[in-house]
Amino acid sequence: MIRRAALLAVLLSVLSAPAASVEPDEILADPALENRARAISKQLRCLVCQNQSIDDSDAPLARDLRIVVRERLTAGASDDEVVRFVAERYGDFVLLSPPFKATTYALWLGPAAIFLVGAAAVAIFLRRRRAAAPGEEAALSAGDRARLDRLLGGDDAP
Amino acid sequence: MTAIRLSTAIPAALFVLLAAVFGFYLHQIGTGEKDAAEVPSALIGKPAPEFDLPPIEGMEGGLRTADLRGAVAMVNVFASWCPPCQQEHPFLMRLARSGVPVYGINIKDRPKNARAFLRRLGNPYRRIGADMSGRVSIDWGVYGYPETFVLDREGRIRYRHVGPILAHDLETRILPLLKELGG
Repeated sequence: MIRRAALLAVLLSVLSAPAASVEPDEILADPALENRARAISKQLRCLVCQNQSIDDSDAPLARDLRIVVRERLTAGASDDEVVRFVAERYGDFVLLSPPFKATTYALWLGPAAIFLVGAAAVAIFLRRRRAAAPGEEAALSAGDRARLDRLLGGDDAP
Repeated sequence: MTAIRLSTAIPAALFVLLAAVFGFYLHQIGTGEKDAAEVPSALIGKPAPEFDLPPIEGMEGGLRTADLRGAVAMVNVFASWCPPCQQEHPFLMRLARSGVPVYGINIKDRPKNARAFLRRLGNPYRRIGADMSGRVSIDWGVYGYPETFVLDREGRIRYRHVGPILAHDLETRILPLLKELGG
């Protein structure tokens, strides 16, 4: 019984979404603006605890940045402008989804390129093996052929 | 026959190449030459952000962008509550004594604590601005304390150091750069 309850607790904790770190005093009065702020915050990396967004992080810097995001939005900035404001100061690393540009081509296109090279290698390998199969049969020498016939024929066992 | 050899040789060569690249980076991280968590500054080569900070309460000065122009200078973001800031403090004192203009941004500190910190360890700063809200530090792209910036004569940011400046950093990075910039 206890074990079952414990299991249930674990399952529920897996299902529950991670709590955001936005504190009550940060929340904007306008729900539409607050929603935009939350969406932007989820795209911005907290540089103190580098694998969390500023929406998730309890770090003081994350809190300051959440407030900056909300101030910019309240001042009438677009979502892109807010993201750019933060990226100008902290670099592209602050964007959890890196932009597609010259310095990140290898990052975005690398996996697809490696996949294509691998697929091509497999295709060449398979085609070669298929082409090689009849050739090997033909390469059987006359002596081998005679011995094979003898073994398969089986009328005079060695 | 050659075809088979080539199909073994190419993947093997690729593996060796990758292993060499990874090995090189791991070695650099191992020796402390590179920090995997360190984020390059977005402000390198750009002019210092516009700001105007009041002095630490009970002290003279204050710091603004115009103060940083005209000479090679260093800007150090520090606080009394930050242990690594104490660790690097003797090196800042050494730089200041050798004539390098060192400016301070005191971040989110209690004025009383900041004043006591400087009284106890010495004050290497020509001018100090108090960034109580941390907003100016955000304009500088600061994410860890202490952080130190080296600026050229035109007030452009040339180098950013995250974490304390210790003897090794001073010898291998800061001093050569100051010399190069003609400070």
